[in-house]
Amino acid sequence: MKHFRHIGLALAATFVVSQAGAEELTGTLKNIKDTGAITLGFRDSSIPFSYLDDNQKPVGFAMDICYKIVDAVKKELKLDKLEVKLNPVTSATRIPLMANGTIDLECGSTTNNAERQKQVWFTNTHFLTASRYVFKKSSGLKSIDDLKGKTVVSTAGTTNIKQLTEANVAKKLGANIIPAKDHAEAFLMVETDRAVAFVMDDILLASLVAGSKSPNDYVISKDAFSKPEPYGIMLRKDDAAFKKVVDAATAALYTSGEGQKIYDKWFMQKIPPKGLNLNTPISEELKHEFAKPSDSPNPDDYK
Amino acid sequence: MNYNWNWGIFFQPNPMGTGSYLDMLLSGLALTLETAVLAWIIALIAGSIVGVMRTLPSKGASWFGFCWVEFFRNMPLLVQLFLWFFVLPEILPRAAGLWLKQLPNAPFWTAAIGIGFFMSARVAVQLQAGISSLPRGQKMAATALGLTTVQGYRYVLLPMAFRIILPPLTSEFLNTIKNTAVAITIGLLELTGQARSMQEFSFQVFEAFTAATILYLLVNAVVVTAMRFLERWVAIPGYITGK
Repeated sequence: MKHFRHIGLALAATFVVSQAGAEELTGTLKNIKDTGAITLGFRDSSIPFSYLDDNQKPVGFAMDICYKIVDAVKKELKLDKLEVKLNPVTSATRIPLMANGTIDLECGSTTNNAERQKQVWFTNTHFLTASRYVFKKSSGLKSIDDLKGKTVVSTAGTTNIKQLTEANVAKKLGANIIPAKDHAEAFLMVETDRAVAFVMDDILLASLVAGSKSPNDYVISKDAFSKPEPYGIMLRKDDAAFKKVVDAATAALYTSGEGQKIYDKWFMQKIPPKGLNLNTPISEELKHEFAKPSDSPNPDDYK
Repeated sequence: MNYNWNWGIFFQPNPMGTGSYLDMLLSGLALTLETAVLAWIIALIAGSIVGVMRTLPSKGASWFGFCWVEFFRNMPLLVQLFLWFFVLPEILPRAAGLWLKQLPNAPFWTAAIGIGFFMSARVAVQLQAGISSLPRGQKMAATALGLTTVQGYRYVLLPMAFRIILPPLTSEFLNTIKNTAVAITIGLLELTGQARSMQEFSFQVFEAFTAATILYLLVNAVVVTAMRFLERWVAIPGYITGK
């Protein structure tokens, strides 16, 4: 009998809460309002999306977008002051920190795909990148077929190494694929001739080349292993109210042309700390996406 | 916690097309075991030689043993593997360096040898302690029997010393297994590496590392049990370690 009474109480409580919930805030928005603070997760070396400048302050394309989202949240909640907390994340910690509520938004270069959508949500796509490979000019490679029988490196656990493995089978390349722990190590393998090519998102390759000792020695392939895949800013799953605010903020940013301005700031001009210029003009696909923002994980939706 | 638990993830196909996520972890486990066993064999052989050298009357031999132990013991394993994998090929002559870099399965061999040498320093110290713990009279008795130094070690000192250090050697073997996790830094996709891949693909981080933890515990339980049997099997009544 006692149990039944407990269940009854619980049911009654749920009823009261859901009644009140119609007017009150829930989830992340409620949390932000209660604490007066929002926490952004940043990466320390995802150039130019989210990384540390020479003052150890996180900057980047995704960070700029996140600050715009913060402004929108502040406006939505009618707060005079909203404290922005910054929390470093890596690819290994971003999910636990998002799940346990440490970070509210992850501002980096995280690929939005269907499998990951089972765990988190993403707002409108802020970048599209295809899987290509970087090689030394001196090695004389031209197409994917030239990788036949060669040693090729990619970063463990990425979608890129998966696409490389698939291409290796489909095109009967017989390439020796080695996984590297991170992008820097994989690039080091090409630099030291341990591998002839490194397969990765083209934009990350561009930043690795720009930051290398002799950028002119490297070429990024024209051939791609994949359709352009979307990067999204990550937020907690099942928080529709928060997502609505964030989606509205990013959509407004991209359609107004301000998105393009921020893009040019990070991809077409010298960026801190070393004054690198990635020289990567906005792609047609991303232009279309900015005109019609979308949070779809499906590469086919971006044309 | 706003986390979407999904224990069924292990039976879903992994995106590499090599079976399920569980298969991915098991292939990592197999690599972990291969690396650990090879590293342990290297550690035992090199460690025994160096450990004996440290107890020899020869000044040169004990100096060599001292240098070996201090070199391999005083540098973090992570740094050592990085040195062997990335730095060594650069300081060799170009042709030799290139050969080393393009060796198939280079991360595996580097990890096994690197971890083997690192652990050999520890085995050597244990063995030295084991030999030194024997009464001095043992060595003298061996000489008095007409045994050469080699025979003395072979038939008198080592059989006793190894029995004494068997329990600490068990921990060293367990350490060797755990140390293989460091090899992800040079691109060896062993158990920890596969768990990380799994969380990158599926975002199910807690499931991946729970499974890795359980697999490590299971392997170590097997090793502990096997070593207990070995200890009992080699025990001699009347010795320090006997009953």
